[in-house]
Amino acid sequence: MTFTPLLLSRLQFAFTVSFHIIFPSFTIGLAAWLTVLEALHVLTGRAAYRLVFEFWLRIFGVAFGLGVVSGVVMAFQFGSNWSELARMSGPIQGPLLTYETFTAFALEAGFLGVLLFGRRRVAPGFYLFSTAMVALGTMFSAFWIMVNNSWMQVPVGYVIQGGSFVPNDWGKILFSPVVWVRFPHMLIAAFLTGAVCVAATGAWYLLQRRFAAEAHLMLRMGLYFSAVLLPVQLAFGHLNGEYIHHYQPAKFAAVEGRWHDERPASEVLLALPDPSSQSNHASISIPVLGSLIGSMSLSSKEVGLTDFPPRDRPPVLIPFFAFRAMVGCWFIMLMVSWVGSYLSHRQRIEQRRMVLWATFLSFPLPFIATVTGWFTAEIGRQPWTVYGLLRTADAVTPFLTARAATVSLLVFCAIYTLIFAFGAFYIHRLLWVGPVGPGVGPPAAASAHRPMAVLQSDGRRSQVATEIES
Amino acid sequence: MMLFWAGVLAVSVLLYVLLDGVDLGVGILFGMSRDETRRRAMMGAVAPVWDGNETWLIVTGVVLWGAFPIVYATLLSALYLPLLVMLAGLILRGVAFEFREKSARMRWLWNLSFASGSLLAAFIQGLMVGALVKGLPIAHGLYVGSVLTWLSPFAIWCGIGLSLGYALLGACWLVRKCEGEVRETAYRAIPPLSAALVAFLIVVFATALHEHLAVMNRWLERPYLLIFPLIAAISAIILGVSVRHRRDGPPILMAMLAFGAAFGTLAISFWPYMIPFSITIADAAAPHASLAFMFWGAGLFVFPLMLIYTAVGLRVFRGKVTLSADSY
Repeated sequence: MTFTPLLLSRLQFAFTVSFHIIFPSFTIGLAAWLTVLEALHVLTGRAAYRLVFEFWLRIFGVAFGLGVVSGVVMAFQFGSNWSELARMSGPIQGPLLTYETFTAFALEAGFLGVLLFGRRRVAPGFYLFSTAMVALGTMFSAFWIMVNNSWMQVPVGYVIQGGSFVPNDWGKILFSPVVWVRFPHMLIAAFLTGAVCVAATGAWYLLQRRFAAEAHLMLRMGLYFSAVLLPVQLAFGHLNGEYIHHYQPAKFAAVEGRWHDERPASEVLLALPDPSSQSNHASISIPVLGSLIGSMSLSSKEVGLTDFPPRDRPPVLIPFFAFRAMVGCWFIMLMVSWVGSYLSHRQRIEQRRMVLWATFLSFPLPFIATVTGWFTAEIGRQPWTVYGLLRTADAVTPFLTARAATVSLLVFCAIYTLIFAFGAFYIHRLLWVGPVGPGVGPPAAASAHRPMAVLQSDGRRSQVATEIES
Repeated sequence: MMLFWAGVLAVSVLLYVLLDGVDLGVGILFGMSRDETRRRAMMGAVAPVWDGNETWLIVTGVVLWGAFPIVYATLLSALYLPLLVMLAGLILRGVAFEFREKSARMRWLWNLSFASGSLLAAFIQGLMVGALVKGLPIAHGLYVGSVLTWLSPFAIWCGIGLSLGYALLGACWLVRKCEGEVRETAYRAIPPLSAALVAFLIVVFATALHEHLAVMNRWLERPYLLIFPLIAAISAIILGVSVRHRRDGPPILMAMLAFGAAFGTLAISFWPYMIPFSITIADAAAPHASLAFMFWGAGLFVFPLMLIYTAVGLRVFRGKVTLSADSY
């Protein structure tokens, strides 16, 4: 394998975007959960809600900050490494990302400061409103990103003029059915990420026999919520499969590990696909199920990869295994959340250490599922950047040199590793300290535009250094 | 439509330069200070606003892509390596705001990353402007230079110039926001920084004359452009008087006015080009359907809101920043 500028740019984009998605998928879910907690606090007046809210707010702040920092890179990478894509699809993707920045920035700039540092300065109702607005901002952001990516998956509402894609129907772009199955899929993934992490934290405290009341609250809310949402996620996953089956048959065949046409088609559960012989080794498959999943029929013909000329086929191994990793994570989370919810409902979960351990150890699963889901979607779209219209090989900056691309890839790897290590360390420390009473509230002195400034109140170190007089 | 988005872009760039220029400048001055108390005061002076300031850079990026995709694609790919260094600098200095205060043993690392990240970002931004003024080789809307074409003594000189300019903005900000030693040190830094900046401008002017830079002709063709240097000169005089009388308020306003005048000079001397002298605003503009879609939502409603938020943010954190005695 030679490291061409194209391959290096793809690696760099994959690395930076995978790193980035970890944080938004966590904070979108967390913002929504904070809104629920605050609403419950306002309605019931129970102090525990408030305590848990303040605790998770600080973790939200750190994760949000890392998301912002890693997001800046994304805004420029389309132009630097993918200048042909930027030039050709700029008239469509540019306005969508403008909306993303503008709507998210407007809401976050307005309300994040209130959320992080304004508790004592505003009325409780307005504080709840601010929390909801920040949550809404994160969802807007996700929405525009999904519109943008869905357009690359299934381009609609455009004409080609002078070598670029010119929008001629924004309604089609915004209300494409593809958007409205993929956006909920991503949103639920983000909610699940938040819920599973919250439940895992509760389980962790119970295992340590600390913060029993708060831990039960987190565990119960997290488990119940994921127990309900996980089946819904399966339904949206299936709808995603339908659009892929319809619009991107080559991706569908790659994900299914189906090399040749079959009628009725079997469903490959697990196998080792071999691109050189165009067949699967050690395949475990179920007859007819493939047709059922693909076309809701017992006898339909399902398309195999060899129907497509080799230059139009996506790579098989990564989409095939990434998809199975995603579904595997989903299945484990489903089992844990159902068993855990049952035991929690029966108030017996504290005695079942194994279930607590399983809940605690499942915290990486939603992240893995999100990232592998994106791998399936994006690598399965290859060899296209804009499906059917612009090949990835033609989207890359034509004069980019391998040396320049190597340098940038190495620089991003080094910096991201550094900030991720420290960020993870500080989040871990916040989690370790736990919801420790009224002291957890961020000091009024801290500032509005510093998402990560919340770290300063971690209770082990001295308080914030600066105070701003108004 | 096209002019509206050119205007939004100009406002975003100007706001970015004025606002983030302040905190990048404070970062540069931070690197020259050794005393921990002073360093904390300097960071405290920009900590509440840096995040919002930097968002204007992202706004600039996405508006450029949405409204002028060719310029976005051409510039960012032509300036690949400088852009990388700038982003690296911005990330390193951004996380330093938070990580620095959490670490005792590793504080040297975040001090270093804050100061060097700020300096790198400022230098590269100047360098990119310099490369643009000098002219990038573009044929038929495509960049035809090599990976290092942007590198020239003139561009490096502009990098140094902008770093000095940002440092001046930073010093004026510290004068307004801080007290005691930090304020006094900042006051003492303003005259040499201003002098260096004037020297820088003289050299730029001489180079432009000597090398017959295409931009120069525009200044000669359009004498009314002299209004901008005039504004800059007047604000420099007021700046000097305020520093002499130790009046904390005016210097930052005057420095920003001078920066705005310099920006105006540059913008109008580029006009109607976006990449001088190969791609005009009209060449680069996205199709009407794109500009109109952006205008009726983001442009008409959200952009004014963003301006208001910026103003409110600055107002909320007005006044002096003081360090509480019991901290650390």
